[in-house]
Amino acid sequence: MTAKENLKQTPSQTVGPYFSYGLTPEQYGYNYKQVADNNLAEADGGGERITIRGQVFDGNGETVRDAVLELWQADSQGRYAHPADLRGSNTGLAKGFGGFGRVGTGTLPGHYFELHTIKPGPIGDGQAPHITVVVFMRGLLNHAYTRIYFSDEAVANEGDPALALVNRSRWDTLIARRQDSGSVVVYQFDIHMQGDQETVFFDA
Amino acid sequence: MSVPSAFTPRDWSSHPPQIYPEYKSTPLRGPTKPLVVLPQTLSELTGPVYGQDAVGPLDHDLTKLAAKNGEPNGERIIVSGVVSDEDGRAVPNTLLEVWQPNAAGRYIHTDDQHDAPIDPNFMGAGRCVTDGAGCYRFITIKPGAYPWGNHYNAWRPNHIHFSLFGPSIMTRLVTQMYFPGDPLLELDPIFNGVPAASRQLLVSKLSIKLSEAEWALGYEFNIILRGRKSTPMEN
Repeated sequence: MTAKENLKQTPSQTVGPYFSYGLTPEQYGYNYKQVADNNLAEADGGGERITIRGQVFDGNGETVRDAVLELWQADSQGRYAHPADLRGSNTGLAKGFGGFGRVGTGTLPGHYFELHTIKPGPIGDGQAPHITVVVFMRGLLNHAYTRIYFSDEAVANEGDPALALVNRSRWDTLIARRQDSGSVVVYQFDIHMQGDQETVFFDA
Repeated sequence: MSVPSAFTPRDWSSHPPQIYPEYKSTPLRGPTKPLVVLPQTLSELTGPVYGQDAVGPLDHDLTKLAAKNGEPNGERIIVSGVVSDEDGRAVPNTLLEVWQPNAAGRYIHTDDQHDAPIDPNFMGAGRCVTDGAGCYRFITIKPGAYPWGNHYNAWRPNHIHFSLFGPSIMTRLVTQMYFPGDPLLELDPIFNGVPAASRQLLVSKLSIKLSEAEWALGYEFNIILRGRKSTPMEN
């Protein structure tokens, strides 16, 4: 930690095909606890329980069976469980809604992912409710960031400053489609790495 | 109260391109459209917080974590280093997750069908959290090289996968650590996808200081995450 020229960001490398027992061991049946899974909703005291379900597609339109997705979101009141959120939301993982989830696409038929969470509230800065998604997979050299917005938040989405930076023709790639079926609220959200429907990926 | 300052951008002169055709899984998986650059809001300035309570007492020792009836085969090594940001500030209390094949070059993952033995005493996954000075330390077995289908007679150099969080979801990093003097490095399209000036940042250094006499060689691997654009205001 001396020479300034050494302090260049450590390069990203692909997560590779064999992340499962390191990042998502319980989901894949390995005897090792994972730090986060596809159920974010366990400890939240309020808010609407939702399931986010979808697939990841490559440039040939084929489903990706070795991707891992991470979710980072606010709670139902729009607060993040992090010290930088100064609104008393720092509930911590043990006490409240952690807001972080992780799921691989290799264990459900059709290479679907399913995440069970709470619909986030607006964080109060003019942004529509959204979830940050981080995508990793074999053949992806840098993890990709995208966002999930919600189809039943059309008014808020219209005023969202991040969506305003995106060509309108690509908004559909960021908006999860709500499907109420009985008592379960499912949002459909697919990720297309390439092609006509290529998901909008962000840098920040 | 201090308001968190924004993070420096991802340094695209240090990271690989989205598509590097020599690595044949990238042409159909890397994004092809330009990334849309967002301002950093609270969604970008926050991220999951995992402290010392996120790791078990053996999580940092891969030679013991999954042992059933003895020590795993292979060369025991110590892997240790400092996690800091681009300004040299230590990144304390951040979670590292690692995974690797065994000494024979075989991952325990069921998709790995390489004809090399599984080691009943080695899983190859582990975790630790950096201390107050940003230091971490793992004990493991030196991973073996293994063949992969990228091209005829393709072999991955010895490597350990690393996953880190840092202070926000934007400082997230997944990378691979390599070993010094490995002749496979110059043949490896995943390593070579990194701009030449930054490749050596992925290669650990043999460290006698980190080694323990009569027991294990030490390798130093320091990791640099995105920094802050400016120092946060104090008080």
